Amino acid sequence: MTEPAAHEPLLAIRDLTVEFGTEDGVVHAVTGVSYDVFPGETVGVVGESGSGKSVSVMSLLGLIPQPPGRITDGQATFEGRDLLKMGKKALRELRGGDVAMIFQDPMTSLNPVFTIGDQIGEAIQVHNPGVKDDEADQRVVDLLTLVGVPNPAQRVKQYPHEFSGGMRQRAMIAMAIANEPKLLIADEPTTALDVTIQAQIIEVLKAAQHETHAATILITHDLGLVAELCDRVVVMYGGRVVETGDVYTIFANPRHPYTVGLMDSLPKLVGEEEMLRPITGQPPSLINLPPGCAFHPRCFLSGGRMLCRTDVPPLRPLGDTAHLSACHFAEELQERHPERAAAGGHV
Amino acid sequence: MTDLRKEDRDRAGETAAAGGVAQPHDEGGHARHLAPHEQVDRATTGVPSDPAAFVGGSGQGDMALVYESGVELEARSQWGYAARRFLRHRLAMGGLMGMLFIFFVAIFANKIAPYPFDELDFNALRIGPTTEGKHYFGTDLLGRDFFSRVVYGLRTSVWVALFVTLLATVIGTTIGAIAGYFGGWVDNLLMRLTDLVLTLPLLAVLLVASIYLGQGKPFRVALILAALFWTGIARIVRGTFLSLREKEFVEAAKASGAGDARIIIRHMLPNAVGPIIVTATLIVAGAILTEAALSFLGFGIQPPNPALGQLINDGQSEGLKFWWMVTFPGIIIVFIALCINFIGDGLRDALDPTQRRLRD
Repeated sequence: MTEPAAHEPLLAIRDLTVEFGTEDGVVHAVTGVSYDVFPGETVGVVGESGSGKSVSVMSLLGLIPQPPGRITDGQATFEGRDLLKMGKKALRELRGGDVAMIFQDPMTSLNPVFTIGDQIGEAIQVHNPGVKDDEADQRVVDLLTLVGVPNPAQRVKQYPHEFSGGMRQRAMIAMAIANEPKLLIADEPTTALDVTIQAQIIEVLKAAQHETHAATILITHDLGLVAELCDRVVVMYGGRVVETGDVYTIFANPRHPYTVGLMDSLPKLVGEEEMLRPITGQPPSLINLPPGCAFHPRCFLSGGRMLCRTDVPPLRPLGDTAHLSACHFAEELQERHPERAAAGGHV
Repeated sequence: MTDLRKEDRDRAGETAAAGGVAQPHDEGGHARHLAPHEQVDRATTGVPSDPAAFVGGSGQGDMALVYESGVELEARSQWGYAARRFLRHRLAMGGLMGMLFIFFVAIFANKIAPYPFDELDFNALRIGPTTEGKHYFGTDLLGRDFFSRVVYGLRTSVWVALFVTLLATVIGTTIGAIAGYFGGWVDNLLMRLTDLVLTLPLLAVLLVASIYLGQGKPFRVALILAALFWTGIARIVRGTFLSLREKEFVEAAKASGAGDARIIIRHMLPNAVGPIIVTATLIVAGAILTEAALSFLGFGIQPPNPALGQLINDGQSEGLKFWWMVTFPGIIIVFIALCINFIGDGLRDALDPTQRRLRD
């Protein structure tokens, strides 16, 4: 999972802005989002529900309904081509080929009327029309073996309802890596599973990455998963990127009050028992985002300062260029949490 | 039966608890097909499921035997379960038998009918049902054997109904699928068209259309009926597609690079087959009844070609004295409509068990 990151990004998202026109007004789902994904690395996109983390990725692949959704601005360069300017057909060939997705709920992401083997086989044959049925069948069995489905030769003939949740998610992962994608997008791949199965699926994901050397975007709100799998983290709030950096930096030295809040609201298994500190308030309405920094009404750092309420903080580098934060007062955080920096990656 | 189902349910719950997967189709006494899971569980973990669940109620012996002997039980597809539920539906099976009989008569009409449908016999005008001269249903006012006319009329009516159903289903499914999948203005356009056709007064349009387009010929009558009968199926397919469109497996298909046509035909249509089949079945009944009404009014299939409705029309002009001329075709129309509706009910219960009222 930790392939050395090359210098040329596989996917470069710049100023992506996505809106949804609804009866209640325009939903600013994603505003000016920029980040890179380098070949072989795993990027975690973290945030609350409605922070735009899924939309920012789905919109790249033309998977948001248009209308009501529309991409109003930005570029997304994948291997030198702008995904947002690509024709429908080119985009379709890309989906499931070079860019594959793993969905949140394996219980509903498989078509109930086809056998598992048929569905994975179809994914192969859609992108490789020359592949014969028996070759595809063999490949399906190999893939299922890879993702740890026992008895694959028998299981391919079964229907999704004969698979357990964990097995279905394995099948989904097998389907996603069937065409050796360069970029794997996992949209909350473990959210619908129980904890023991989650741990297994994480191992399967690692194996899948190892097999395909695919770069991965992991969309999740599970910081544990991020710590386990990711090289870099992109934290989103209110449709914007609020902080980004490598996983050790973010966990050890978060420089945005929202990220700090996320860390604090995690239960800790080591150290002194203490009460969880949730982030107060509710996620903002994406129709009426607070002016200035969208996080300021819930921010412990702002303290009602005028700047937070009037100016949208830009995402700016902090000292070293790899760590970016969109907080006017990011520097104050280090002083407020010296013990956190001292704790190192041990969070 | 009741306690066997209860046992099954218990066992299903237990399987789930034992780490197997409770299938969505467990209820209603089909839990025995869970066996493949249990075998896997048993084979891999070495922990046998509680045998107590298999002992007890009478009638459990065969199940227990199959289980104990370790015979490989084949996993059933959803269609397997549906077929099983359908076969257990008594009314539907009765309806199916009835319809098979009707089809048999329609196909072999020329073998079954003792006379050609248009053979006149002026020595036997308007005689009542009798075995004499094989006039089982009597003769009509021209001395034609009424049994033969009913048998041939049956053939015409069934043929028209099946053709109407096929055509209406194809048109309706296509329009409904396109409207439901693409949504937006396409949906709006197609559904307003459907509403338009639905608002037309059926009989009046049929009468006018049959005068200008095709009085008499069964094929043309069928075309006209089909042109009006597709609306119901279009609405149902659209509704099904609207809900299927939001399903994650459709999104997943999209995300793995499937095109619109492939998603509609390969991924969504098979999931909509249930409602389509049920509605199509009911169209058969509707078409037979409407064709009968049309022919009864004299605007459908024209003599000498017999059709059931037209035979009743012949009969009613003769008055009550010649009761057989109204009764026999009438009974047959009712019988067909009833059989088809039973089949439709059975199919709906079989294909969508969640909507079934629980019976004991």
